[in-house]
Amino acid sequence: MPVMKIKNFSFTYAGVEAPSLKNITLPIEKNQITALIGPSGCGKSTLLRSMNRIHDLYPGNKYDGKINLLDLETGKYNNILAIKKENEFIQLRQQVGMIFQKPTPFPMSIFDNVAYGLKIAGIKNKTELSDRVEASLKGSALWKEVHDRLGKSAMGLSGGQQQRLCIARAVAVKPEVLLFDEPTSALDPISTGAIEELIVELKKDVSIAIVTHNMQQASRISDYTAFMYLGDLIEYDKTENIFLNPKEKRTEDYITGRFG
Amino acid sequence: MRLQINKLFLALSILSALIGLGFLGWILVTLFIKGVSSLHFTLFLNDLVDGGLRNLIVGQLVLALLAALIGIPLGMIAGIYIREYGHGKYANLIRDLSDIMVSAPSIVIGAFVYSFAVAPFGGANGFAGIIALSIMMIPIIINTTDSMLSLVPKELREAGMALGASKYRVILDVVIKAAKVGIMTGVLLAFARIAGETAPLLFTSETSNYFNLDLTESFPSLTVSIYNLANEPEKSSRDLAWAASFILTVMVLLINLAGRYLTRNKK
Repeated sequence: MPVMKIKNFSFTYAGVEAPSLKNITLPIEKNQITALIGPSGCGKSTLLRSMNRIHDLYPGNKYDGKINLLDLETGKYNNILAIKKENEFIQLRQQVGMIFQKPTPFPMSIFDNVAYGLKIAGIKNKTELSDRVEASLKGSALWKEVHDRLGKSAMGLSGGQQQRLCIARAVAVKPEVLLFDEPTSALDPISTGAIEELIVELKKDVSIAIVTHNMQQASRISDYTAFMYLGDLIEYDKTENIFLNPKEKRTEDYITGRFG
Repeated sequence: MRLQINKLFLALSILSALIGLGFLGWILVTLFIKGVSSLHFTLFLNDLVDGGLRNLIVGQLVLALLAALIGIPLGMIAGIYIREYGHGKYANLIRDLSDIMVSAPSIVIGAFVYSFAVAPFGGANGFAGIIALSIMMIPIIINTTDSMLSLVPKELREAGMALGASKYRVILDVVIKAAKVGIMTGVLLAFARIAGETAPLLFTSETSNYFNLDLTESFPSLTVSIYNLANEPEKSSRDLAWAASFILTVMVLLINLAGRYLTRNKK
């Protein structure tokens, strides 16, 4: 069952004539990992950033079509492109979390970083806060490394630890969907391995969409893969089909490294 | 050939640096020699009317602190507005105006404040001096706040929003914290700048020989009194001016050093 259904979706950046995404229709399956791959400028990040409407920080962009998000409580789908009110945006972003390319720890303590989203969500109870922080840090395989310095600044962590902290911070608010925008491209191979393991581990609890430039990464961790090119969705299928039996010539050319 | 040109330019830049530093050193050495020889601890106990500087030092600091109390919040809020909220022509207009204001001659600001805060009330008063100093301070604070906020990566704002925080929460909780050290340094440097100003006070709050904390009267000022004392014929007055100059320089230097210390330590 898809947690998100993207239907005939087009996106145009402010001040630009030509759309960056054209008529995309794509499901994001529940508790699965969907990888978005394609050469630079194909629109994969633009698509990912539409899924929590983080684009709306910058005014003037144009959306067309629908992005329907499953409400886990009612089982109904709501079109997130219809959202206009501030409190609905807040709710959307609590349901759909995001991890960025560069780690983005806030300039505060490790504990406060993870607790930030929870405090925004209105949780004030101290024991509940510290329980949720601990659970998220354990879930992000960071607890052992930081449990004795939760009060220290998060800026002192290594790049890989910072990225896991950002994942813990996003997981803490218990989102339905997590969006990863090239989460390992700024990290060394060992940290990358740790993050990949973590992402696979997380899919028990949340549905995942990940943009990656690294095709090995897509084939290692994802269940479904969407190949995009110049704003079009060229092919979407189970990852093994995309990598072993692509139907489209362009997919095959990209996967085998003939262009891109 | 290239090596020689390189050497020539190196020599030229060292020479210019030495000329600049030479004059600075000359000023400091003169100040030190003339200032220290006239310095005496009774200067800190007596007011100007009794040959001391106590009222002037207190007055100068009170003026600068009260001006900072107005200038810092106004400047910071304006800086946050033009960087975080302002889009398009209004923000750019404020930014351009503030750039111009930074380089506005301070005597002009003094004259402007005189026209509406001194002349209609029939005499110099401390409030006018505070207004003039805060007008000097606001654009400096706007510019530092603006440029320090611009150094905060946009990903940090996006990460805050992506957790469901509203824009103002992200600015207050995350962005300002990330820019805190830079902004505080800018604030201290701006404070050091206005603490040593003469021209904006010259005909707004003037100065006073007596200890006075009443802002409706002319207000004691170290800088304006230096100006007056230096013009007196008696040697004792000029010696007092040297001592006052030395004290003022040390004060401004200390504030500056505190600003630098902050940046270096918190990086």
